Amino acid sequence: MAYTIEGSSGAWEVVIGLEVHAQIISRSKLFSGAATAYGAPPNSQVSFVDAAFPGMLPVANGECIRQAVRTGLGLNAQINLVSRFDRKNYFYADLPAGYQISQYEHPIVGSGVIEIELADGSTRRIGVTRLHVEQDAGKSLHDQDPARTFVDLNRAGVALMEIVSEPDLRSPEEAGAYVRKLRSILRYLGTCDGNMEEGSLRADVNVSVRKHGEPFRTRCEVKNVNSIRFVMQAVEAEALRQIKVWEDGGTVQQETRLFDPSRGETRSMRSKEDAHDYRYFPDPDLLPLVLDEDWVAGLRAELPELPDAKRARFIAEYGLSPYDAAVLVAEQATALFYEAVARGRDAKQAANWVTGDFFAALNRLGRSIEDPPVSAAALGGLLDLIADNTINGKIAKEVFEAMLETGEPAAAIVDARGLRQVTDTGAIDAAVDAVLAANPDKVAEFRAGKDKLFGFFVGQVMKAMAGKGNPALVNDVLRGKLQ
Amino acid sequence: MLTDLTLAEARAGLRAGRFSSRELTLAFLGAIEALNPRLNAFITVTAERALAQADAADAALARGEHAALTGIPLAIKDLYCTAGVRTTAGSRILAPFVPSYESTVSANLLRDGAVFLGKANMDEFAMGSSNMTSAYGAVTNPWTRRGDNRALVPGGSSGGSAAAVAARLALGATATDTGGSIRQPASFCGIAGIKPTYGRCSRWGVVAFASSLDHPGPLARTVEDCAILLGSMAGFDPKDSTSADIAVPDFAAACARGVKGLRIGVPREYRSDGMAPEIEALWRQGLDWLRAEGAEIVDVSLPHTRYGLATYYIVAPAEASSNLARYDGVRFGARTEGHDLIELYENTRAEGFGSEVKRRVMIGTYVLSAGYYDAYYLRAQKVRALILKDFTDVFQQVDALLTPTAPTAAFAQGERMDDPITMYLNDVFTVPANLSGVPGLSVPAGLDAQGLPLGLQVLGRHFDEETVFAVGAAIERAAGFPALPSIRAGA
Amino acid sequence: MSLDPATVRRIARLARIRVDEAQVTQMQAELNAILGWIEQLNEVNVDGVAPMAGGSQGMAQRLRVDAVTDGGMADQVLANAPDRAGAFYAVPKVVE
Ligand SMILES: [Mg+2]
Ligand SMILES: [Zn+2]
Repeated sequence: MAYTIEGSSGAWEVVIGLEVHAQIISRSKLFSGAATAYGAPPNSQVSFVDAAFPGMLPVANGECIRQAVRTGLGLNAQINLVSRFDRKNYFYADLPAGYQISQYEHPIVGSGVIEIELADGSTRRIGVTRLHVEQDAGKSLHDQDPARTFVDLNRAGVALMEIVSEPDLRSPEEAGAYVRKLRSILRYLGTCDGNMEEGSLRADVNVSVRKHGEPFRTRCEVKNVNSIRFVMQAVEAEALRQIKVWEDGGTVQQETRLFDPSRGETRSMRSKEDAHDYRYFPDPDLLPLVLDEDWVAGLRAELPELPDAKRARFIAEYGLSPYDAAVLVAEQATALFYEAVARGRDAKQAANWVTGDFFAALNRLGRSIEDPPVSAAALGGLLDLIADNTINGKIAKEVFEAMLETGEPAAAIVDARGLRQVTDTGAIDAAVDAVLAANPDKVAEFRAGKDKLFGFFVGQVMKAMAGKGNPALVNDVLRGKLQ
Repeated sequence: MLTDLTLAEARAGLRAGRFSSRELTLAFLGAIEALNPRLNAFITVTAERALAQADAADAALARGEHAALTGIPLAIKDLYCTAGVRTTAGSRILAPFVPSYESTVSANLLRDGAVFLGKANMDEFAMGSSNMTSAYGAVTNPWTRRGDNRALVPGGSSGGSAAAVAARLALGATATDTGGSIRQPASFCGIAGIKPTYGRCSRWGVVAFASSLDHPGPLARTVEDCAILLGSMAGFDPKDSTSADIAVPDFAAACARGVKGLRIGVPREYRSDGMAPEIEALWRQGLDWLRAEGAEIVDVSLPHTRYGLATYYIVAPAEASSNLARYDGVRFGARTEGHDLIELYENTRAEGFGSEVKRRVMIGTYVLSAGYYDAYYLRAQKVRALILKDFTDVFQQVDALLTPTAPTAAFAQGERMDDPITMYLNDVFTVPANLSGVPGLSVPAGLDAQGLPLGLQVLGRHFDEETVFAVGAAIERAAGFPALPSIRAGA
Repeated sequence: MSLDPATVRRIARLARIRVDEAQVTQMQAELNAILGWIEQLNEVNVDGVAPMAGGSQGMAQRLRVDAVTDGGMADQVLANAPDRAGAFYAVPKVVE
């Protein structure tokens, strides 16, 4: 069912395009040798180039170019062997040169595609218009002084990839899924850490609304949204605002807006009110960027397996459900962890354990997949004990909790606590006999046709055996004796 | 007089121990003290630093160590950033600016032992052909017309550098040439100057005017002196993406090559424009000298060269409008406060920039603005490509070109100030080399009827400055030019 | 193409140069004279000509090795600032 918003005049379709700014992982800036580390003291990672001192000139960082090309390859996009850097001219306190070096006419990466998965299990292919490389601006702090804005240029000149989507997205969910998928691809490639809290990934959200079958109406750009949840909220808030404007007989003005998460609404950006005329032109300080075809082919050959390919493989190779596979490949570290657990074992059981008890433990303990409370090898050891019938599934959960507490391997815990399951039929016989003898009325009911009581007998026997009875044997013996 | 020596002679004297760098430097500092009040060739004089550098040079010479320029006193155009020394670019907006870095070219000169006397006056941000646009006052040409004491302009934008060298206030100077700013003042002041190939000298640390047209280069009294200076200034610089990774040849050696067997082109389009008869006569004289030395003179055509100036006055202001956006009163330079940030910018730039700079920033902003880009900037880039192609074609037929440097000799201060375009026409012969990036040298070749110097321009292939020096030196030898301005040290 | 006073004001605003009314009139005349003179380029046939961007020909961009070689000198980059607050540059308050 297509997503629409019901207004007083009927249903409205929402049209969304995203411009995602992703900070390229590099030691130094795009055009200077200053560091890029997050959280450094103000203006401590600034060269004269970044601060646009007289006579300073840019020299491009090869690693940033390499990462941009790898990203383009990861987005199945066209790589332009000749591209250019242009200047985008405007005045702002945190833009030292009065221009941003960006790529306008000839970006390094052309059109590509990102496939997104939605909650109903469907997938959609979203067009990527282009990816270009550009400089980040500095940071303005407006709340430190009553009369002044403070400027920190540490971020000025850091390399960004601007990844522009087609206006193909049609709901907040799709917008969220797009950013999540893009972030996942960037992390797999190691080209951006995707850390939205630190501003490594930010989205400009272009929103318009229209009635079914209409051409596009005027869009507004909501700038610098810094979480996936806010992207989804901003889409909805901005769409609702525009619907109200249209339905009140007004006209939506193309403008730049800000999302205020505390109020859940967007507002016009005063600082960007000035009519823009960026006067783009080729940066005469920089030569054309010419890539070698073989070099690009080499990068393509060395790309890691990306989420879509990995998901397909997990489904084919491990027989996982599309949903489980999607969950497991969302983060590369999770997929690696899963494969380490699953290799040579029951892959579906491994998936259940990883997405079930293991994820629950991560959540509960506030740990991450990079710093797991139980290693993949240890979790595999636990599954091995289930596989060779040393313990049953129920006891395994108990052992897992003990592993979390003690850090001991599963086998040691099972031995120390005497949790091996009982497979000795004599002991099971005795336990079954005792349960049947203690519940003659229930035995009679069962024999009279109340099949449901079988579960009760199993429970009683397992309880008598402190959970250690081999469930299959207990079932067999019970069935034999109840007949 | 020590100040009368050429750079090459002074270098020989220092190496032979005939005098010390301190003596030489003191002689020039004395000349500056005596004449700079009249000429205004220097914005900043760094006497103490110069003497410390001279002493270091003397110590090195005493140890038997001499680099290419050990102990040689020079003037540095105030467009070159000099560590710890105020760098103004001739503008009020940079009046308080003291960089803590040294431009690559001036650092190369220091590496080779040069002594810096101070920062030479110039047109504001190198925009001008008369040095009248400097925020630090006009520079006076050391030459005067016969029987006329009116102050003449030294040309621009490297007018301070040219006046300083001509008046013997320095043995040589750094300069820059965006549309003719080395060659035209060289011609006006009766000295030599070369704009090398684009990419030969690093632009790092040189305040940018128009990045694709800016060329650092030297001014000196002789062609050989220019060759010595360029040898030190030039070289690959990884900090400038447009710097060429090409070895620097021995330019000074090329000066002695002679021109025998060279084919010298005469671009017929340069004849038009109602050229003054004495300039045309000098040009013909120059060709005769070269023919006499064994060169072959060939008539050639540069059909698009007449569009050079108009092309230049789109490209240069466009780049300048962007390059000068950084002068906003926030991180360095002068600031004029305002109630908000936009007012601060507008006030700072209105007060900080002079009228010629504002004019060019306005033109540049306009030609890049939405709706006009294709009609002006893009078209200019295409004409520029045609101008470059003219040169590439013509250099298949000839080894060098000979033209006049400027359409006139030096004019009086205040003349031609009413109309910017008349002023722009000064660069008509020099601009094509900036648009195409080919090397161009101006060599003093004679005097006009009023006794003012006139230069001839030698143009060569990209990265073939050696041929340019060979041709320039041949003209210099033949001309035997007595470069003696009326205002000069010891006169 | 000829500039009217409103365009002169718009360009001055884009270039962040304050101009008063007298200057607008003067600039209008000067800029129009220059632009009129520049129109001679319309005579040139530029069909099929690739625009020449930049001064170097036949060179491609050199790329730098990714290493931290600069920065770490807040005092130097701030030393020329007309106004600063601690290690920040300071400007009149900007309202976003
Ligand atoms: Mg945007
Ligand atoms: Zn961007």
